Amino acid sequence: MRVEIRISGLGGQGVVLAGYILGKAAVYDGKNVVQTQSYGAEARGSAAKSELIISDEKIGFPMVRKCDILVAMSREAVKKNLKDLKKNGILLIDSSYVKSEVKAEAKIFKIQATHIAEKLYGQKIYANMVMLGALTKITNIVNENSMEQAIKNVVPKETIIKNIQAYKKGIEII
Amino acid sequence: MKMVKPGVYFWQGNEACAEGAITAGCRFFAGYPITPASEIAEHMAKRLPQIGGIAIQMEDEMASIGAVIGASWAGAKAMTATSGPGFSLMQESIGYAFMTETPCVVVDVQRLGPSTGQATKCGQGDVMQSRWGTHGDHAAIVLAPNSVQEMFDLTIKAFNLAEKYRTPVIILADATIAHMREKITVPSLEEIEIINRKKPEADEKAFFGFEEVPPMPAVGEGFNVPVTGSTHNEYGIRFTADPMVHRKLVERLNSKIENHVEEIAEVETYNFDDCKIGIVSFGCTSRAVPEAVEEAEKRGVKAGYIRLKTIWPFPEKKVEIMAEKAETIIVPEINLKQLFYEVERASKGLAKVVPLNKIGGGELITPEELLNKILEAAN
Repeated sequence: MRVEIRISGLGGQGVVLAGYILGKAAVYDGKNVVQTQSYGAEARGSAAKSELIISDEKIGFPMVRKCDILVAMSREAVKKNLKDLKKNGILLIDSSYVKSEVKAEAKIFKIQATHIAEKLYGQKIYANMVMLGALTKITNIVNENSMEQAIKNVVPKETIIKNIQAYKKGIEII
Repeated sequence: MKMVKPGVYFWQGNEACAEGAITAGCRFFAGYPITPASEIAEHMAKRLPQIGGIAIQMEDEMASIGAVIGASWAGAKAMTATSGPGFSLMQESIGYAFMTETPCVVVDVQRLGPSTGQATKCGQGDVMQSRWGTHGDHAAIVLAPNSVQEMFDLTIKAFNLAEKYRTPVIILADATIAHMREKITVPSLEEIEIINRKKPEADEKAFFGFEEVPPMPAVGEGFNVPVTGSTHNEYGIRFTADPMVHRKLVERLNSKIENHVEEIAEVETYNFDDCKIGIVSFGCTSRAVPEAVEEAEKRGVKAGYIRLKTIWPFPEKKVEIMAEKAETIIVPEINLKQLFYEVERASKGLAKVVPLNKIGGGELITPEELLNKILEAAN
């Protein structure tokens, strides 16, 4: 198998962290993984993205050109990245921000990630974990337990419980 | 946590570089933060105190390389890490390290210059600075990793070469390789070759000559060690006008590296001695090559490549062998023809050498762009 994923949003939404965790989980599953990222010089608010290639084979070119899975956490992210989603690919959008109808030849999943994060866990920053849960459930690209283990090993200790809860919520709502 | 355990990890390139250094025996790091190299300093600052080493944030890059040279003379394996602007500031002292035969490792994680250019974006514009950045006649050893695994492996190699040849070694990484994360395998310590500098016998006095690579004492071990960047004889005594002393010293410093190109210069090759279209590349750009070559072969074009793991000394014999059979050699790089002329020189007119350049925004040359260039050259 070979899957190319782009997680896009704004700086501060944790798209790079989400990519890191997803990649780590795939490594736990024994896959080859390359994860790259791009963000602006600003700490928050400018476009950010994290890209992963997960494969059983050796990975050459490290950048994602056409993705099988696109996660878009902001309106700008949809606008900018939709053209790179393969036909009949999987699109996950954070419908807390992306309210207008998205037209694409893709399997579209609308996730109220930011809304859920804020309402249930008190902070928007858990939205990336809700998305990871949904992504895991929808795509099965990584083992659910590997993902849980990766979250535990990456996020700060005092935030593990909430991050895991948000991740599990993401699985549940699909 | 002490030494990293053998096993499989998902590391960032900079993290792998730092762990490679520690594995090689590096116990001193001095640096000044700069994108995209800061994670090396960050990781060394966390890890070195855990294993009895020292990491210092200096006031600037000039002080950083100075501290590294001093630490090396105190007996430590030492490293600094920076990017283009900081690398420029270090050049004078890299020459000093060369002249005083001080083993040390300098990591330059290339970003997009000149000057502050596009500071968070990837570039490959320091090829020539890594070779000719310091003044005077000198030889350079420059390694170019193209994966997170090689950020680990080649950092160990850099220390080994520095210790073996008593010379500064440069790791020419880039923002793409340094910031990306990949699966990496850390072998057990028994599987890793570690070279340490040759120490003098108790009654030795010549630490700067007579042998191709003389022994090196550490300050405080009881030897009389004058260390100077001025021309000096075998005992380290300054001779600032004698032509013979200068010739002998500087020719030896250059030849101790040039005489061992075959041993130092490592390449990865595929059909390089029997292809119609050859490609010579390094670093992040080389990651596009295997796919482009495979696609070209599917279209009936016999393509091959040389990937430079060592840029300097330049493996010119390999390029000449490629040029004997190849009609065209393509040199893709995300700079404006820095490696190109070197490949052209080494090809000796036997093959047509064509550049493929792209700069700006950190964009890499894609396999498709390279394939187009191959097909264009083949027709």
